[in-house]
Amino acid sequence: MTTIEPAKAEHETARQSALPSQRSTATRGTRIIGIVAVVALGWLVAFGLGFSPADRDQDESVRILYVHVPTIWLAYLAFVVTAVSSAMYLFSKKKSLGWDRAAGASAEIGVTFVAVTLAVGAMWGRLTWGVFWQWDARLTTTALLFVTYIGYLAVRRLGGSHEQRAKRSAVLGMIAVVEIPLVHFSVKMWRSLHQEATVANLDGDTKMDGLMLFSLFVGVIAFTLLYVWLMLHRTRSMAMEDLLEERGLDEALAVRRAEAAETATAATSAPPTATMKSGSDS
Amino acid sequence: MITVARLIAAKDLRVERRSKIVTNQVLPFAGITMVSFAFALDKQNVLDTVAPGLVWLATMFSLLVIVQRTFAIETDDGALDAMRVAGVDPRAIFVGKAMALGFQLLVLEAMLFGAAVIFYGESIPSNNAFGSVVLLVTTMLSATCGLAAVGTLYGGLAAGFKGSETLLPLLTLPAVAPVLIGATKAVESAVGTSGAVVSEGWQWVGLLTLFAVAAVVGGALAFGPLIDD
Repeated sequence: MTTIEPAKAEHETARQSALPSQRSTATRGTRIIGIVAVVALGWLVAFGLGFSPADRDQDESVRILYVHVPTIWLAYLAFVVTAVSSAMYLFSKKKSLGWDRAAGASAEIGVTFVAVTLAVGAMWGRLTWGVFWQWDARLTTTALLFVTYIGYLAVRRLGGSHEQRAKRSAVLGMIAVVEIPLVHFSVKMWRSLHQEATVANLDGDTKMDGLMLFSLFVGVIAFTLLYVWLMLHRTRSMAMEDLLEERGLDEALAVRRAEAAETATAATSAPPTATMKSGSDS
Repeated sequence: MITVARLIAAKDLRVERRSKIVTNQVLPFAGITMVSFAFALDKQNVLDTVAPGLVWLATMFSLLVIVQRTFAIETDDGALDAMRVAGVDPRAIFVGKAMALGFQLLVLEAMLFGAAVIFYGESIPSNNAFGSVVLLVTTMLSATCGLAAVGTLYGGLAAGFKGSETLLPLLTLPAVAPVLIGATKAVESAVGTSGAVVSEGWQWVGLLTLFAVAAVVGGALAFGPLIDD
Protein backbone atom coordinates (compact mmCIF):
# COMPACT_ATOMS: atom_id res chain seq x y z
CA MET A 1 0.00 0.00 0.00
CA THR A 2 2.74 2.39 0.93
CA THR A 3 4.53 1.72 -2.38
CA ILE A 4 1.49 2.86 -4.39
CA GLU A 5 1.23 6.31 -2.76
CA PRO A 6 4.35 7.86 -4.40
CA ALA A 7 3.13 6.65 -7.83
CA LYS A 8 -0.22 8.38 -7.29
CA ALA A 9 1.54 11.53 -6.20
CA GLU A 10 3.75 11.41 -9.30
CA HIS A 11 0.66 10.97 -11.47
CA GLU A 12 -1.04 13.98 -9.88
CA THR A 13 2.08 16.13 -10.24
CA ALA A 14 2.39 15.19 -13.93
CA ARG A 15 -1.29 15.97 -14.53
CA GLN A 16 -0.95 19.37 -12.93
CA SER A 17 2.28 20.15 -14.76
CA ALA A 18 0.51 19.50 -18.09
CA LEU A 19 -1.63 22.55 -17.52
CA PRO A 20 -0.17 25.75 -18.94
CA SER A 21 1.08 28.07 -16.25
CA GLN A 22 -0.69 30.99 -17.91
CA ARG A 23 -4.29 30.33 -18.95
CA SER A 24 -4.73 33.45 -21.09
CA THR A 25 -2.81 34.80 -24.07
CA ALA A 26 -3.76 38.35 -23.15
CA THR A 27 -1.54 40.89 -21.45
CA ARG A 28 -2.08 44.54 -20.63
CA GLY A 29 -0.36 45.47 -23.92
CA THR A 30 -2.52 43.20 -26.09
CA ARG A 31 -5.68 44.46 -24.38
CA ILE A 32 -4.73 48.05 -25.22
CA ILE A 33 -3.92 47.11 -28.84
CA GLY A 34 -7.20 45.17 -29.06
CA ILE A 35 -9.25 48.11 -27.80
CA VAL A 36 -7.47 50.52 -30.16
CA ALA A 37 -8.05 48.06 -33.06
CA VAL A 38 -11.79 47.87 -32.28
CA VAL A 39 -11.98 51.69 -32.12
CA ALA A 40 -10.09 51.94 -35.43
CA LEU A 41 -12.44 49.40 -37.05
CA GLY A 42 -15.41 51.43 -35.80
CA TRP A 43 -13.72 54.50 -37.25
CA LEU A 44 -13.33 52.65 -40.57
CA VAL A 45 -17.06 51.77 -40.55
CA ALA A 46 -17.92 55.44 -39.93
CA PHE A 47 -15.65 56.74 -42.69
CA GLY A 48 -16.16 53.85 -45.13
CA LEU A 49 -19.94 53.68 -44.90
CA GLY A 50 -20.78 57.22 -43.74
CA PHE A 51 -18.44 60.14 -44.32
CA SER A 52 -16.70 59.15 -47.58
CA PRO A 53 -18.58 59.95 -50.80
CA ALA A 54 -19.90 57.49 -53.40
CA ASP A 55 -17.72 57.15 -56.51
CA ARG A 56 -18.69 58.74 -59.83
CA ASP A 57 -18.28 55.47 -61.76
CA GLN A 58 -18.41 52.72 -59.12
CA ASP A 59 -21.17 54.38 -57.05
CA GLU A 60 -21.61 52.83 -53.55
CA SER A 61 -19.56 49.72 -54.39
CA VAL A 62 -16.38 51.75 -53.91
CA ARG A 63 -16.89 51.32 -50.14
CA ILE A 64 -15.91 47.65 -50.50
CA LEU A 65 -12.40 48.79 -51.44
CA TYR A 66 -11.79 50.16 -47.93
CA VAL A 67 -11.67 46.52 -46.80
CA HIS A 68 -10.43 44.90 -50.05
CA VAL A 69 -7.24 46.98 -50.42
CA PRO A 70 -6.01 47.04 -46.77
CA THR A 71 -6.57 43.29 -46.31
CA ILE A 72 -4.47 42.36 -49.35
CA TRP A 73 -1.71 44.79 -48.36
CA LEU A 74 -1.66 43.27 -44.88
CA ALA A 75 -1.70 39.76 -46.41
CA TYR A 76 1.41 40.63 -48.47
CA LEU A 77 3.03 41.98 -45.32
CA ALA A 78 2.03 38.82 -43.42
CA PHE A 79 3.65 36.56 -46.05
CA VAL A 80 6.82 38.67 -46.05
CA VAL A 81 6.89 38.34 -42.23
CA THR A 82 6.51 34.57 -42.70
CA ALA A 83 9.46 34.48 -45.12
CA VAL A 84 11.67 36.69 -42.91
CA SER A 85 10.81 34.68 -39.77
CA SER A 86 11.50 31.45 -41.69
CA ALA A 87 14.90 32.78 -42.76
CA MET A 88 15.63 33.88 -39.19
CA TYR A 89 14.85 30.36 -37.96
CA LEU A 90 16.90 28.61 -40.63
CA PHE A 91 19.96 30.84 -40.57
CA SER A 92 20.18 31.84 -36.91
CA LYS A 93 22.48 29.81 -34.66
CA LYS A 94 19.96 29.62 -31.80
CA LYS A 95 17.14 28.09 -33.97
CA SER A 96 14.50 29.59 -31.71
CA LEU A 97 11.03 28.08 -32.19
CA GLY A 98 9.66 31.59 -31.57
CA TRP A 99 10.60 32.47 -35.16
CA ASP A 100 8.79 29.36 -36.40
CA ARG A 101 5.65 30.25 -34.45
CA ALA A 102 5.80 33.85 -35.74
CA ALA A 103 6.06 32.50 -39.33
CA GLY A 104 3.10 30.13 -38.82
CA ALA A 105 0.92 32.71 -37.07
CA SER A 106 1.63 35.31 -39.75
CA ALA A 107 0.80 32.83 -42.54
CA GLU A 108 -2.50 31.93 -40.88
CA ILE A 109 -3.49 35.59 -40.60
CA GLY A 110 -2.27 36.23 -44.16
CA VAL A 111 -4.42 33.38 -45.51
CA THR A 112 -7.45 34.74 -43.62
CA PHE A 113 -6.86 38.23 -45.01
CA VAL A 114 -6.48 36.89 -48.58
CA ALA A 115 -9.77 35.01 -48.11
CA VAL A 116 -11.43 38.29 -47.05
CA THR A 117 -9.84 40.07 -50.05
CA LEU A 118 -11.11 37.41 -52.47
CA ALA A 119 -14.61 37.35 -50.93
CA VAL A 120 -15.15 41.13 -50.92
CA GLY A 121 -13.38 41.41 -54.29
CA ALA A 122 -15.87 38.93 -55.77
CA MET A 123 -18.74 41.08 -54.43
CA TRP A 124 -17.15 44.20 -55.92
CA GLY A 125 -16.60 42.36 -59.23
CA ARG A 126 -20.27 41.34 -59.36
CA LEU A 127 -21.35 44.96 -58.84
CA THR A 128 -18.79 46.56 -61.16
CA TRP A 129 -17.88 43.98 -63.82
CA GLY A 130 -21.14 42.01 -63.61
CA VAL A 131 -19.40 38.75 -62.66
CA PHE A 132 -17.98 37.34 -59.43
CA TRP A 133 -14.74 36.16 -61.03
CA GLN A 134 -12.57 36.96 -64.03
CA TRP A 135 -9.42 35.10 -65.10
CA ASP A 136 -7.40 38.24 -64.77
CA ALA A 137 -3.70 38.33 -63.85
CA ARG A 138 -4.16 39.88 -60.42
CA LEU A 139 -7.06 37.63 -59.45
CA THR A 140 -5.33 34.48 -60.66
CA THR A 141 -2.11 35.35 -58.83
CA THR A 142 -4.05 36.06 -55.64
CA ALA A 143 -5.96 32.78 -55.89
CA LEU A 144 -2.69 30.86 -56.41
CA LEU A 145 -1.13 32.73 -53.48
CA PHE A 146 -4.07 31.65 -51.33
CA VAL A 147 -3.74 27.99 -52.32
CA THR A 148 0.07 28.06 -51.93
CA TYR A 149 -0.17 29.26 -48.32
CA ILE A 150 -2.95 26.78 -47.55
CA GLY A 151 -0.38 24.18 -48.64
CA TYR A 152 2.16 25.81 -46.31
CA LEU A 153 -0.29 25.55 -43.40
CA ALA A 154 -0.97 21.89 -44.32
CA VAL A 155 2.78 21.18 -44.18
CA ARG A 156 2.91 22.69 -40.68
CA ARG A 157 0.41 20.03 -39.61
CA LEU A 158 2.32 17.06 -41.09
CA GLY A 159 3.42 15.89 -37.66
CA GLY A 160 6.79 15.07 -36.15
CA SER A 161 8.74 17.08 -33.61
CA HIS A 162 8.50 20.85 -33.31
CA GLU A 163 11.99 21.19 -34.78
CA GLN A 164 11.02 19.04 -37.81
CA ARG A 165 7.92 21.17 -38.33
CA ALA A 166 9.97 24.36 -38.02
CA LYS A 167 12.62 23.28 -40.53
CA ARG A 168 10.19 21.95 -43.15
CA SER A 169 7.87 24.93 -42.98
CA ALA A 170 10.77 27.43 -42.92
CA VAL A 171 12.11 26.02 -46.20
CA LEU A 172 8.62 26.06 -47.72
CA GLY A 173 7.92 29.59 -46.41
CA MET A 174 11.00 30.85 -48.23
CA ILE A 175 10.19 28.93 -51.45
CA ALA A 176 6.59 30.20 -51.43
CA VAL A 177 7.64 33.84 -51.27
CA VAL A 178 10.04 33.33 -54.21
CA GLU A 179 7.24 31.67 -56.18
CA ILE A 180 5.05 34.78 -55.90
CA PRO A 181 6.96 36.96 -58.44
CA LEU A 182 7.28 34.00 -60.85
CA VAL A 183 3.57 33.20 -60.70
CA HIS A 184 2.67 36.89 -60.88
CA PHE A 185 4.95 37.44 -63.90
CA SER A 186 3.52 34.43 -65.76
CA VAL A 187 -0.12 35.38 -65.26
CA LYS A 188 0.66 39.03 -66.04
CA MET A 189 2.04 37.90 -69.41
CA TRP A 190 -1.01 35.67 -69.81
CA ARG A 191 -3.72 38.32 -69.48
CA SER A 192 -4.71 41.35 -67.41
CA LEU A 193 -8.01 43.06 -66.70
CA HIS A 194 -7.61 44.29 -63.11
CA GLN A 195 -7.00 48.03 -62.84
CA GLU A 196 -3.47 49.29 -62.23
CA ALA A 197 -2.46 50.45 -58.75
CA THR A 198 -4.08 53.78 -57.89
CA VAL A 199 -2.23 54.50 -54.66
CA ALA A 200 0.90 52.33 -54.70
CA ASN A 201 1.97 53.30 -58.22
CA LEU A 202 5.51 54.19 -59.25
CA ASP A 203 4.82 57.70 -60.58
CA GLY A 204 3.76 58.89 -57.09
CA ASP A 205 0.56 60.49 -58.44
CA THR A 206 -2.40 59.33 -56.33
CA LYS A 207 -5.52 59.67 -58.47
CA MET A 208 -8.07 59.59 -55.65
CA ASP A 209 -10.46 61.90 -53.77
CA GLY A 210 -8.98 63.19 -50.48
CA LEU A 211 -11.69 61.78 -48.18
CA MET A 212 -11.65 58.43 -50.00
CA LEU A 213 -7.87 58.27 -49.59
CA PHE A 214 -8.25 59.10 -45.89
CA SER A 215 -10.87 56.34 -45.47
CA LEU A 216 -8.45 53.91 -47.12
CA PHE A 217 -5.74 55.13 -44.74
CA VAL A 218 -8.09 54.46 -41.80
CA GLY A 219 -8.64 50.95 -43.18
CA VAL A 220 -4.90 50.32 -43.36
CA ILE A 221 -4.41 51.52 -39.75
CA ALA A 222 -7.37 49.42 -38.48
CA PHE A 223 -6.29 46.22 -40.22
CA THR A 224 -2.63 46.74 -39.22
CA LEU A 225 -3.68 46.96 -35.57
CA LEU A 226 -5.87 43.89 -36.03
CA TYR A 227 -2.91 42.04 -37.58
CA VAL A 228 -0.61 42.96 -34.69
CA TRP A 229 -3.25 41.94 -32.13
CA LEU A 230 -3.90 38.61 -33.86
CA MET A 231 -0.16 37.94 -34.24
CA LEU A 232 0.51 38.45 -30.53
CA HIS A 233 -2.36 36.20 -29.47
CA ARG A 234 -1.69 33.50 -32.06
CA THR A 235 2.05 33.22 -31.39
CA ARG A 236 1.29 32.93 -27.66
CA SER A 237 -1.44 30.34 -28.19
CA MET A 238 0.95 28.39 -30.45
CA ALA A 239 3.60 28.52 -27.72
CA MET A 240 1.02 27.17 -25.25
CA GLU A 241 -0.01 24.42 -27.69
CA ASP A 242 3.66 23.40 -28.09
CA LEU A 243 4.12 23.44 -24.33
CA LEU A 244 0.98 21.40 -23.82
CA GLU A 245 2.14 18.80 -26.38
CA GLU A 246 5.52 18.48 -24.65
CA ARG A 247 4.03 18.30 -21.17
CA GLY A 248 1.24 16.06 -22.42
CA LEU A 249 3.86 13.54 -23.52
CA ASP A 250 5.66 13.82 -20.17
CA GLU A 251 2.35 13.34 -18.39
CA ALA A 252 1.46 10.28 -20.46
CA LEU A 253 4.88 8.76 -19.69
CA ALA A 254 4.45 9.51 -15.97
CA VAL A 255 0.99 7.93 -15.94
CA ARG A 256 2.21 4.78 -17.72
CA ARG A 257 5.18 4.53 -15.29
CA ALA A 258 2.80 4.98 -12.34
CA GLU A 259 0.55 2.22 -13.69
CA ALA A 260 3.54 -0.07 -14.20
CA ALA A 261 4.75 0.64 -10.66
CA GLU A 262 1.24 0.00 -9.31
CA THR A 263 0.99 -3.33 -11.15
CA ALA A 264 4.46 -4.38 -9.98
CA THR A 265 3.62 -3.51 -6.38
CA ALA A 266 0.31 -5.35 -6.52
CA ALA A 267 2.02 -8.43 -7.99
CA THR A 268 4.70 -8.53 -5.29
CA SER A 269 2.23 -7.93 -2.39
CA ALA A 270 -0.43 -10.41 -3.65
CA PRO A 271 -0.74 -13.88 -1.99
CA PRO A 272 1.02 -16.70 -3.90
CA THR A 273 -2.29 -18.48 -4.69
CA ALA A 274 -3.73 -15.37 -6.37
CA THR A 275 -0.57 -14.94 -8.44
CA MET A 276 -0.74 -18.59 -9.54
CA LYS A 277 -4.41 -18.21 -10.42
CA SER A 278 -3.66 -15.09 -12.42
CA GLY A 279 -0.83 -16.92 -14.16
CA SER A 280 -3.01 -19.91 -15.06
CA ASP A 281 -5.73 -17.54 -16.42
CA SER A 282 -3.31 -15.86 -18.75
CA MET B 1 28.05 14.84 -57.19
CA ILE B 2 27.15 14.33 -60.86
CA THR B 3 28.36 10.71 -60.73
CA VAL B 4 26.20 9.98 -57.69
CA ALA B 5 23.25 11.76 -59.32
CA ARG B 6 23.66 9.63 -62.45
CA LEU B 7 23.81 6.47 -60.35
CA ILE B 8 20.59 7.44 -58.53
CA ALA B 9 18.88 8.29 -61.83
CA ALA B 10 20.04 4.98 -63.34
CA LYS B 11 18.80 3.13 -60.23
CA ASP B 12 15.34 4.75 -60.49
CA LEU B 13 15.08 3.95 -64.20
CA ARG B 14 16.25 0.38 -63.54
CA VAL B 15 13.56 -0.03 -60.88
CA GLU B 16 11.02 1.24 -63.40
CA ARG B 17 12.32 -1.06 -66.16
CA ARG B 18 11.88 -4.04 -63.85
CA SER B 19 8.59 -3.06 -62.20
CA LYS B 20 7.03 -1.31 -65.25
CA ILE B 21 4.64 0.62 -62.98
CA VAL B 22 4.86 3.85 -64.99
CA THR B 23 4.69 1.98 -68.30
CA ASN B 24 1.78 -0.25 -67.34
CA GLN B 25 -0.20 2.15 -65.16
CA VAL B 26 0.74 5.84 -65.58
CA LEU B 27 0.95 5.92 -69.39
CA PRO B 28 -2.49 4.27 -69.78
CA PHE B 29 -3.81 6.68 -67.11
CA ALA B 30 -2.52 9.66 -69.14
CA GLY B 31 -4.06 8.16 -72.29
CA ILE B 32 -7.46 7.67 -70.67
CA THR B 33 -7.28 11.25 -69.34
CA MET B 34 -6.86 12.52 -72.93
CA VAL B 35 -9.80 10.41 -74.09
CA SER B 36 -11.91 11.61 -71.14
CA PHE B 37 -11.21 15.24 -72.07
CA ALA B 38 -12.56 14.45 -75.56
CA PHE B 39 -15.70 12.88 -74.05
CA ALA B 40 -16.25 15.92 -71.82
CA LEU B 41 -15.69 18.57 -74.49
CA ASP B 42 -17.26 16.62 -77.35
CA LYS B 43 -16.71 19.22 -80.10
CA GLN B 44 -13.87 19.06 -82.62
CA ASN B 45 -13.50 22.85 -82.90
CA VAL B 46 -13.25 23.15 -79.08
CA LEU B 47 -10.70 20.34 -78.96
CA ASP B 48 -8.61 22.03 -81.68
CA THR B 49 -8.44 25.17 -79.55
CA VAL B 50 -7.75 23.61 -76.17
CA ALA B 51 -5.58 20.61 -77.20
CA PRO B 52 -2.20 22.16 -76.11
CA GLY B 53 -3.63 22.94 -72.67
CA LEU B 54 -5.10 19.45 -72.31
CA VAL B 55 -1.75 17.84 -73.13
CA TRP B 56 -0.05 19.80 -70.34
CA LEU B 57 -2.94 19.25 -67.94
CA ALA B 58 -2.68 15.48 -68.50
CA THR B 59 1.10 15.83 -67.94
CA MET B 60 0.51 17.59 -64.60
CA PHE B 61 -1.89 14.88 -63.38
CA SER B 62 0.52 12.16 -64.45
CA LEU B 63 3.42 14.04 -62.82
CA LEU B 64 1.66 13.71 -59.45
CA VAL B 65 1.27 9.96 -59.89
CA ILE B 66 4.90 9.47 -61.02
CA VAL B 67 6.23 11.57 -58.12
CA GLN B 68 4.22 9.49 -55.64
CA ARG B 69 5.70 6.37 -57.19
CA THR B 70 9.29 7.64 -57.32
CA PHE B 71 9.25 8.47 -53.59
CA ALA B 72 7.28 5.39 -52.59
CA ILE B 73 10.23 3.24 -53.71
CA GLU B 74 12.51 5.30 -51.43
CA THR B 75 10.36 5.45 -48.31
CA ASP B 76 8.92 1.93 -48.28
CA ASP B 77 12.20 0.37 -47.15
CA GLY B 78 13.70 3.52 -45.63
CA ALA B 79 16.03 3.85 -48.63
CA LEU B 80 16.04 7.66 -48.47
CA ASP B 81 17.16 7.57 -44.82
CA ALA B 82 19.73 4.92 -45.67
CA MET B 83 21.20 7.14 -48.39
CA ARG B 84 21.40 10.08 -45.99
CA VAL B 85 22.99 7.94 -43.28
CA ALA B 86 25.47 6.67 -45.88
CA GLY B 87 26.50 10.29 -46.40
CA VAL B 88 25.09 10.73 -49.91
CA ASP B 89 24.94 14.42 -50.83
CA PRO B 90 21.24 15.48 -50.76
CA ARG B 91 21.83 17.66 -53.82
CA ALA B 92 22.95 14.52 -55.69
CA ILE B 93 19.79 12.70 -54.54
CA PHE B 94 17.69 15.65 -55.73
CA VAL B 95 19.40 15.94 -59.11
CA GLY B 96 19.40 12.15 -59.66
CA LYS B 97 15.74 11.72 -58.85
CA ALA B 98 14.83 14.80 -60.91
CA MET B 99 16.79 13.41 -63.89
CA ALA B 100 14.94 10.08 -63.73
CA LEU B 101 11.60 11.85 -63.28
CA GLY B 102 12.40 14.19 -66.18
CA PHE B 103 13.23 11.28 -68.48
CA GLN B 104 9.94 9.55 -67.63
CA LEU B 105 8.06 12.82 -68.18
CA LEU B 106 9.65 13.32 -71.60
CA VAL B 107 8.49 9.85 -72.68
CA LEU B 108 5.03 10.62 -71.32
CA GLU B 109 4.85 14.00 -73.11
CA ALA B 110 5.91 12.42 -76.42
CA MET B 111 3.10 9.90 -76.01
CA LEU B 112 0.58 12.62 -75.12
CA PHE B 113 1.53 14.73 -78.16
CA GLY B 114 1.08 11.60 -80.26
CA ALA B 115 -2.35 11.12 -78.67
CA ALA B 116 -3.22 14.76 -79.45
CA VAL B 117 -2.32 14.17 -83.10
CA ILE B 118 -4.43 11.01 -83.28
CA PHE B 119 -7.44 11.96 -81.11
CA TYR B 120 -7.58 15.77 -81.46
CA GLY B 121 -6.29 16.12 -85.04
CA GLU B 122 -3.35 18.38 -84.05
CA SER B 123 -0.57 18.89 -86.63
CA ILE B 124 2.61 20.89 -87.25
CA PRO B 125 1.96 23.81 -89.66
CA SER B 126 3.61 23.06 -93.01
CA ASN B 127 4.68 26.68 -93.69
CA ASN B 128 7.29 26.70 -90.87
CA ALA B 129 7.61 23.05 -89.88
CA PHE B 130 11.28 23.25 -88.78
CA GLY B 131 10.69 26.30 -86.54
CA SER B 132 7.61 24.67 -85.02
CA VAL B 133 9.44 21.43 -84.21
CA VAL B 134 12.39 23.32 -82.64
CA LEU B 135 9.96 25.39 -80.54
CA LEU B 136 8.01 22.27 -79.53
CA VAL B 137 11.12 20.32 -78.49
CA THR B 138 12.62 23.30 -76.60
CA THR B 139 9.33 23.86 -74.80
CA MET B 140 9.13 20.20 -73.79
CA LEU B 141 12.72 20.21 -72.49
CA SER B 142 12.46 23.46 -70.51
CA ALA B 143 9.00 22.65 -69.12
CA THR B 144 10.13 19.13 -68.15
CA CYS B 145 13.14 20.49 -66.22
CA GLY B 146 10.86 22.78 -64.19
CA LEU B 147 8.24 20.10 -63.57
CA ALA B 148 10.82 17.48 -62.57
CA ALA B 149 12.55 19.86 -60.14
CA VAL B 150 9.33 21.01 -58.45
CA GLY B 151 7.92 17.46 -58.38
CA THR B 152 11.10 16.09 -56.78
CA LEU B 153 11.27 18.87 -54.21
CA TYR B 154 7.67 18.53 -53.02
CA GLY B 155 7.71 14.75 -53.41
CA GLY B 156 10.67 14.65 -51.01
CA LEU B 157 8.90 16.98 -48.62
CA ALA B 158 5.68 14.95 -48.49
CA ALA B 159 7.33 11.50 -48.68
CA GLY B 160 6.66 9.16 -45.81
CA PHE B 161 4.04 11.28 -44.08
CA LYS B 162 0.41 10.40 -43.49
CA GLY B 163 -1.71 12.25 -46.05
CA SER B 164 1.17 12.84 -48.49
CA GLU B 165 -1.06 11.65 -51.38
CA THR B 166 -3.39 14.60 -50.85
CA LEU B 167 -0.74 17.08 -49.79
CA LEU B 168 1.37 16.64 -52.94
CA PRO B 169 -1.23 18.04 -55.41
CA LEU B 170 -2.00 20.93 -53.05
CA LEU B 171 1.67 21.92 -52.98
CA THR B 172 2.66 21.07 -56.54
CA LEU B 173 -0.19 22.34 -58.73
CA PRO B 174 -0.05 26.02 -57.65
CA ALA B 175 3.76 25.94 -57.90
CA VAL B 176 3.76 24.61 -61.48
CA ALA B 177 1.05 27.03 -62.68
CA PRO B 178 3.68 29.11 -64.60
CA VAL B 179 4.72 25.92 -66.45
CA LEU B 180 1.12 25.10 -67.33
CA ILE B 181 0.51 28.62 -68.67
CA GLY B 182 3.86 29.04 -70.42
CA ALA B 183 4.06 25.57 -71.98
CA THR B 184 0.45 25.77 -73.22
CA LYS B 185 1.07 29.16 -74.84
CA ALA B 186 4.35 28.00 -76.42
CA VAL B 187 2.75 24.84 -77.85
CA GLU B 188 -0.17 26.89 -79.17
CA SER B 189 2.40 28.95 -81.09
CA ALA B 190 4.20 25.81 -82.32
CA VAL B 191 1.05 24.16 -83.69
CA GLY B 192 -0.60 27.42 -84.81
CA THR B 193 -3.68 27.29 -82.56
CA SER B 194 -6.08 30.19 -83.31
CA GLY B 195 -3.60 31.75 -85.76
CA ALA B 196 -0.67 31.91 -83.27
CA VAL B 197 2.77 32.08 -84.91
CA VAL B 198 6.07 30.46 -83.89
CA SER B 199 7.81 33.76 -83.01
CA GLU B 200 5.22 34.43 -80.27
CA GLY B 201 6.17 31.22 -78.50
CA TRP B 202 9.78 32.07 -77.65
CA GLN B 203 8.94 34.57 -74.90
CA TRP B 204 7.11 31.71 -73.13
CA VAL B 205 10.12 29.44 -73.54
CA GLY B 206 12.11 32.23 -71.84
CA LEU B 207 9.70 32.12 -68.91
CA LEU B 208 9.87 28.31 -68.78
CA THR B 209 13.68 28.42 -68.78
CA LEU B 210 13.72 31.02 -65.99
CA PHE B 211 11.33 28.86 -63.98
CA ALA B 212 13.40 25.73 -64.61
CA VAL B 213 16.65 27.41 -63.49
CA ALA B 214 14.96 28.79 -60.34
CA ALA B 215 13.35 25.41 -59.56
CA VAL B 216 16.55 23.37 -60.09
CA VAL B 217 18.80 25.74 -58.09
CA GLY B 218 16.21 26.34 -55.35
CA GLY B 219 15.33 22.64 -55.20
CA ALA B 220 18.96 21.52 -54.93
CA LEU B 221 19.54 23.96 -52.05
CA ALA B 222 16.26 23.23 -50.22
CA PHE B 223 16.13 19.45 -50.63
CA GLY B 224 18.77 18.72 -47.95
CA PRO B 225 17.03 20.57 -45.08
CA LEU B 226 13.66 19.14 -46.17
CA ILE B 227 14.64 15.47 -46.00
CA ASP B 228 17.23 15.83 -43.22
CA ASP B 229 14.86 15.33 -40.28
